[in-house]
Amino acid sequence: MLRIPCPWCGERDEIEFRYRGDAAVTRPGSDAGQEAFVAYVYRRENPLGWHLEWWLHSGGCRRLLKLLRHTVSHEIQWVGTAEQAPPPAQGAERA
Amino acid sequence: MSGPSRIARGLLTDPAKAVSFRFDGRTLQGLAGDTLASALLANGRRLLGRSFKYHRRRGIVTADKGEPCALVDVIGEAGREPNQPATAVLLSEGLHAVSQNRWPTLALDLLAVNDWLGRFLPAGFYYKTFMAPGWAWERVYEPLIRRAAGLGRLEGRLGDHAAPAEIVHDHADVLVVGAGSAGLTAALLLGSAGLRVLLAEQDIVLGGGTLLDARWTSWRADACARLASLPNVRCLPATTVLGAYGHGTFGALETLTAQERARFRGLRERLRVLRARRVLLACGAPERLIAFPGNDVPGVMLAGAAHAYLRRYGVAVGRRPAFFVNNDEGYAGALALAAAGIRAAAIIDARPDACAAARAREAGLEVLCDASVSGVLGRRSVRGVRVMLPDGVSRSIPADCLAVSGGHSPATALACQLGAPLRWQEAIAAFTADLPAAAGRSAGAARGIFGAAAAARDAEHAARALAAELARPAPEGAAWLPWPADPAATPVRALWEVPGRGKAFVDLQNDVTTEDVRLACREGYEHVEHMKRFTTCGMATDQGRSGGLVASAVLAAARGVPLSQVGQSRPRPFAEPVPFAALAGGEVGSHYKPRRRLPINDWHERAGATFVSTGLWLRPLVYSAESGWEPVLAEARAVRRAVGVTDVSTLGKIDVQGPDAARFLDFVYANSFSTLAVGRARYGIMLREDGMLFDDGTTARLGPEHFLLTTTTANSAAVLEHLEFHLQAVRPQLDVVLTDVCDQWAQFAVAGPRAREVVACLAGDLDLSNHAFPFMAAAEASLAGIPGRLFRISFSGELAYELAVPARGATAVWEAILAAGGPHGIRPYGLDALNTLRIEKGHVTTAELNGNTTAADLGCAHLLKKSGDFIGRTLAARPGLLGTDRLQLVGVRPADRSRRLRNGTQLVTSAARSASLGYVTSCTPSVELEGWVGLALLAGGRQRIGSRLLGVSPVHGETTELEIVSPHMLDPENARVRA
Repeated sequence: MLRIPCPWCGERDEIEFRYRGDAAVTRPGSDAGQEAFVAYVYRRENPLGWHLEWWLHSGGCRRLLKLLRHTVSHEIQWVGTAEQAPPPAQGAERA
Repeated sequence: MSGPSRIARGLLTDPAKAVSFRFDGRTLQGLAGDTLASALLANGRRLLGRSFKYHRRRGIVTADKGEPCALVDVIGEAGREPNQPATAVLLSEGLHAVSQNRWPTLALDLLAVNDWLGRFLPAGFYYKTFMAPGWAWERVYEPLIRRAAGLGRLEGRLGDHAAPAEIVHDHADVLVVGAGSAGLTAALLLGSAGLRVLLAEQDIVLGGGTLLDARWTSWRADACARLASLPNVRCLPATTVLGAYGHGTFGALETLTAQERARFRGLRERLRVLRARRVLLACGAPERLIAFPGNDVPGVMLAGAAHAYLRRYGVAVGRRPAFFVNNDEGYAGALALAAAGIRAAAIIDARPDACAAARAREAGLEVLCDASVSGVLGRRSVRGVRVMLPDGVSRSIPADCLAVSGGHSPATALACQLGAPLRWQEAIAAFTADLPAAAGRSAGAARGIFGAAAAARDAEHAARALAAELARPAPEGAAWLPWPADPAATPVRALWEVPGRGKAFVDLQNDVTTEDVRLACREGYEHVEHMKRFTTCGMATDQGRSGGLVASAVLAAARGVPLSQVGQSRPRPFAEPVPFAALAGGEVGSHYKPRRRLPINDWHERAGATFVSTGLWLRPLVYSAESGWEPVLAEARAVRRAVGVTDVSTLGKIDVQGPDAARFLDFVYANSFSTLAVGRARYGIMLREDGMLFDDGTTARLGPEHFLLTTTTANSAAVLEHLEFHLQAVRPQLDVVLTDVCDQWAQFAVAGPRAREVVACLAGDLDLSNHAFPFMAAAEASLAGIPGRLFRISFSGELAYELAVPARGATAVWEAILAAGGPHGIRPYGLDALNTLRIEKGHVTTAELNGNTTAADLGCAHLLKKSGDFIGRTLAARPGLLGTDRLQLVGVRPADRSRRLRNGTQLVTSAARSASLGYVTSCTPSVELEGWVGLALLAGGRQRIGSRLLGVSPVHGETTELEIVSPHMLDPENARVRA
């Protein structure tokens, strides 16, 4: 069971959250075409390692959080609000 | 003393309190404090069950919950509980237990023929043997195998057993698992540092291995007393940690004693969810067996168990036991028995010499070094052992019991679940697992440090490190009495298998032999996980605790690689069987899920409504206790002919406010809302980003920057989440606030040709004329004196108004509606009538908005706006979603108006009756049209309107000729809603 440190509410159990998928993809512009939207909706990296993902604190503050989580160890390296980006150091380590 | 084998006073038993119990119909006597196993041993009973596959006689192997063989059914007031380890069932007055897996009786089991047929029943035999014919598996083979194999029988009254369990949550700084010398020391140190400590011990008493050593008695008593005086330390005996779930979360099962059950109203188990910042694993190292022919004969047991029965219960497991060991700890039981007057027949040690051998010889015991047991004499019970001596000579030694110790394997399961890799330790011939420091520490025997004092010293170091990490450095000096010194010990020497004739078991519960492991290897199942699944080794309730590593070693030898390369199969939760009742806790019966009641639920109840559960909601289905369609149709008829009122408070309601509210709605809805005037409502459809229809509903504009959005009942939570996600992740620049106001507002639909007269009575001086308040108008209004909102929207297809009022004052408004409608013949109508009305009109619900349909499929493609971005716009235009042969919404009516329709009826042509073209999604008897009407999803449906198809329902054995019609079966011009 993940314990997610919500920046607004503090550390909370995973059951209070809804997983909302990969936070590294961004919605294409309206004229980007079908291929770009197919990639946005369906294509995912499924990494073994660090993964930037959306979690909605639906049973708490209802804010959307961004988590950098390790898909094997479940370690959470960074938590931010929807607008924030993970620190570049971690970003490099992910790649 | 109760029983011929009770030779001493046990630590846990009270010789003054006799307890009578029944086993297989015989009444026997034990003592208070006994387990079922110790009481049976005290009575000289040894045969406790038959094995899983070969139906071989089996006795007691261990003295703890890891018992592989002595499983019994316990019959109590809560029914029959199968597969209870006799080694963990506490004796209580009148306890009734029966042996398992024998037919007709334990002594004479006819299915023991399987043992003789053993060479035809190797591992995996039923995958190969029972292949054909295919139908026979379900009807013949499986029932037969299930009767022959399997363990106890499950029966009893679930209702009685389901309630008495609970789930509790505990938090701590450190969870200490295991309360032996290491766990007690760690808990004392962490506790005196002021940390919050949970100490979980699966045994019913604290002490672990120190319970077997009289020299530790005063140390243990002192430690327990000190722990009890620390308010920040909680001891949880009889609590097994079942698994580690990451981020400091653990599951544990506490089994309550009979006294506690009485105190907590029959509560049997407590499932504990433990959350701790760090864990200290001091869970010891279970003893393992050695594979030699006949290592399952009743009377063969682990040496530690023989020791435990003497110390804990004063029971001698035999009059003349033999010991077969490869380590010094295995001698302890023999020495203790000798001190109590039971001389071992011999101690057979696989090593050339040992410190413990010298001590045993001093005590007058015969020790045969560099020797091994190559067979057991006796089938029903041990009569002697065949010993292979170093010079190659074989010698038979009479004995009535054989205590075996093949070494100790550190309990690594929890550490592995926390991500620790296994590491082979040649010095102890076992694997250890080093816990990641962020999770905690292992200490003592759990990481291969044997000897009670050495383990305690190790735990002290680990606990000091944890305390420092948690910024609560422990005080200098010991918070406990000095530890008794460990005796000098010679290291273990690996010994896994002794070759010989006959079956040698590595998994006693699942009847897996060394030959089965080798067969798995020959058949290509060389990986330890494949071998496990092919042979079922380690998949029984004891999880291969005593034989798992032995099986790995046999596999390593068969593959010709070192054991370190083979490893052990991955341990997964649960560590011991968990009753479903414990997992359910209190969430049973009416507490299974939350129940949402409508704001005026009490009125509906008083009116005699029949309720239906939709999602979490309880909704009035029909205001009648009678079954059948007539009460439903009477309600629907009132709406079509006069007026009715229904409670639509379950609709999702989301308040959308902010300068960018209109722009946000333009993005999330496929149609446009920025063009909506204040004081007007509009029907909207929402797509998913993949282009499929997601939800629909009416949204009203209450102010320039204020909208009220409604969703379907089923999707209300999902739509809110969808909106929140897109607002925060995709359109964060928009200044919009979303508020779920579903529970704050009650909403009632007044529908029917007389609706205007009824609402006019309530709406004060609001002008309801078509000119002032047309179809799709919305306004703040005082309704029966209560400030609320009035919408002119319709789901029924009739002239209709929806009245929204704060949930608190809702009953008064509902009653005012009924009073005003009285002269017009108003009736309340339920969900069934609501459905009848919407089906006649061709309005869709979740039956049609099923996630596989597009706007075009449901005939609302014209609503998609032509310009501007919105969710789903691009992918809705994929060619595959535009095909005209897709399932499209149509109406269906039986050609013979006297026939009925059924949901799920498949639509076919008479030429191809098994090729489904679609299916009926919703249907109802009609009040305005003759006979039944329905909605269906039909391939290329719109082009088939006007044609006929067959509706087949194989489960009902029905075939009906159907007319395919427009889904708008009633008032297609929409004149009534504008009346």
